Amino acid sequence: MAKVRGDISIDIENCKGCELCVVACPQNAMALAKDINKQGYHYAVLVEDVCTGCTNCSLVCPDAVITVYREDKKTGEKVPVAEVRNVTGDIRITVGAEEEAEG
Amino acid sequence: MEKSMQEIEHHHDEMNIVCERPSTLLDARMHYCPGCGHGVAHRILMEAVEELGIQEQTIGVAPVGCSVFAYLYMNVDMQEAAHGRATAVATGIKRCFPDKYVYTYQGDGDLAAIGTGETVHTVNRGENILIVFINNAIYGMTGGQMAPTTLIHQKTSTTPYGREASFMGNPLKITELLAQLPGAFYVTRQAVNTPVNVRRAKKALLNGLKYQKLNKGTCLVEIVSNCPTNWGMKPVQANEWLVENMLPYYPLGDMKVPSKEDIENA
Amino acid sequence: MGELRLMKGNEAMAEAAIRAGMDAYFGYPITPQSEVLEYLTREAYNRTQCTVLQAESEIASINMVYGAAGAGARVWTSSSSPGISLMQEGLSYIAGAELPCLIANINRGGPGLGTIQPSQGDYFQSVKGGGHGDYRLIVLAPATVQEMADFVQDGWDLADKYRNPVLILADGALGQMMEKVELRDQIERGTRATPSWATTGKTADRDRNFVTSLFIKPEEMEQVNLRLQEKYKLIEANEIRVQEMETEDADFVIVAYGLSARIGHKVMEIMRAEGIKVGLIRPITLWPYPYATVAKAADHVKGFLSLELNAGQMVEDVRLAVNGRCPVGHYGRMGGIIPSPEEVVEVIKDMYSKIQ
Ligand SMILES: Cc1ncc(C[n+]2csc(CCOP(=O)(O)OP(=O)(O)O)c2C)c(N)n1
Ligand code: SF4
Ligand code: SF4
Ligand code: SF4
Ligand SMILES: [Mg+2]
Repeated sequence: MAKVRGDISIDIENCKGCELCVVACPQNAMALAKDINKQGYHYAVLVEDVCTGCTNCSLVCPDAVITVYREDKKTGEKVPVAEVRNVTGDIRITVGAEEEAEG
Repeated sequence: MEKSMQEIEHHHDEMNIVCERPSTLLDARMHYCPGCGHGVAHRILMEAVEELGIQEQTIGVAPVGCSVFAYLYMNVDMQEAAHGRATAVATGIKRCFPDKYVYTYQGDGDLAAIGTGETVHTVNRGENILIVFINNAIYGMTGGQMAPTTLIHQKTSTTPYGREASFMGNPLKITELLAQLPGAFYVTRQAVNTPVNVRRAKKALLNGLKYQKLNKGTCLVEIVSNCPTNWGMKPVQANEWLVENMLPYYPLGDMKVPSKEDIENA
Repeated sequence: MGELRLMKGNEAMAEAAIRAGMDAYFGYPITPQSEVLEYLTREAYNRTQCTVLQAESEIASINMVYGAAGAGARVWTSSSSPGISLMQEGLSYIAGAELPCLIANINRGGPGLGTIQPSQGDYFQSVKGGGHGDYRLIVLAPATVQEMADFVQDGWDLADKYRNPVLILADGALGQMMEKVELRDQIERGTRATPSWATTGKTADRDRNFVTSLFIKPEEMEQVNLRLQEKYKLIEANEIRVQEMETEDADFVIVAYGLSARIGHKVMEIMRAEGIKVGLIRPITLWPYPYATVAKAADHVKGFLSLELNAGQMVEDVRLAVNGRCPVGHYGRMGGIIPSPEEVVEVIKDMYSKIQ
């Protein structure tokens, strides 16, 4: 069991199903969906509730569609540690706790 | 066990979202093929600009190549240069506005074939700009022809039997070449194929932008990248091919780093 | 009255550029205009702290001009024919991205490496679009050192007004000859308003600016072209410059620009003294071309001679304007040979005798 509990959300309509996140996830928590999105891609999904919020998936995602959350140890709340989005418009990047994230 | 779309949306509702996508964010999906390294490179470059808080002072130059539309994704002022001329355009900008952060973003054909002259002389003059060089060993935009960086025996649409050195010359290690020039201040080769490499590449881009303030010379960050489409591979496979074939010939790491004095005395 | 000086054409241009508040010059040496870069490297930075850079090629120079102009600088370059040929790609991009800037071509003889002697062989390249695509340069053709100087600031003002590149087309003789020139007063750098479209850094109060000539959607590309054509029509309507001399009562008209116009003027004087009513039309803007002025003269003259230092280029525009109403001849020398007025007088007499 991982020490830190994390979670991710995926902007599935903008996912291109490249699978790079899937192979980058050290927890094997991700997979491509059987369904396709409007672009026609099998989008990525979280399939196991074992995410540690390590941010690996979002780091390698070429389309910047993964937001990563990690539980705040004190409050127990999940806070985003890496939100990277399509870079058009004002970008918002919040990256925290890098040292734990190296995978 | 895969979650349905409804489940995912429901799941989102329960999230404790502190950071939300700002309403100013344009919904422009990048046109790159699935798994293309350009997307990651764009993102980390923009992250670097954001983290340094220099969006207002940054001017980018887009190349001709797959990233010709970089200015549709990067939310900084940008100019689209003619094929290979990005560093000349950047020179024009930087010489007139030395307080700005100026970068070029160029592919291997752009930087190391048609634009070799401009590249060499820009670095030789030590222009205080950052050159971001995306080496995917192929001409992506025009459909997969041989690039100066195409590997020996690599098949492309113009080397259908593989590149032969005797006929087409050897893959050009332009970054090594440029690192020799006194005008180069910081030269490094990175990749974006793994989470660790993405972090390192981003750090390099942060440095490359930051060092401009020292007025010490040109910063060059090569990013060994992929082209799943024209390599004829799935993205995951392409990144494996990259590790097995590209990285031995184009080893990652710093080629020229500023000395402590360089940074402290500035 | 501004300051009077005896100067070479090339130096007068360079001096005028400093005084017009230039922000930057990028250039590469080539005869017969290297004095421009030499003069500027000597004078410009010390006086106004502007940028002067010797580039590694004309390809680099014109793209540096692109970058500087795109970022809002008052910028220029100069070269001579082979160098201007190298710049054509960049000029097309500059026209496509609608960047205001100035280019001077001190025309030498071609084709190929040709000769360093004066020529007007680049007329086609200058006015018909030397690069790719549907675009126009505003082309100013000085005939004196005074105009070489004046057209620098005038050119920049036109470039700013229309967001269009402006070309000064002179020849090697004008670049090298010394004449008295009255210089305008120094304009302080930075007093020119920075264009709102320039890439000066995206601030919070505006969207990002981008400079591009790429319009991949057919409809968009067509719209851009239509808008450019509208702009060119406006320039044609407002900016034609032409000098007419004694055309009102003329039976025969010489059409000539730049150095040729000076010869044409002498020819006119000689022939008038002999009782032959010759007039002169000197186009100052080669694009937009003064078709109407030539056409008007065609109402009453018996013939035209297009006098050029080339094998016959502008004569095509004279013929377009005259539209077959009377004979249009051409006379030109090449290789840097300047025709003598007497030589031209004979040509006109010969042509005139056949017309009558
Ligand atoms: C003067 C000129 N020649 C050729 C082209 C066609 N062209 C467009 S992109 C390109 C090569 C791009 O390859 P690279 O720089 O490696 O970028 P990539 O697409 O691989 O990212 C070529 C040859 C052009 N646009 N302009
Ligand atoms: S954050 Fe880490 S653990 Fe969670 S899904 Fe992404 S890669 Fe897997
Ligand atoms: S890396 Fe990004 S685009 Fe690729 S499958 Fe994962 S979420 Fe989708
Ligand atoms: S063609 Fe290659 S380089 Fe271009 S977007 Fe597709 S994968 Fe990327
Ligand atoms: Mg390439």
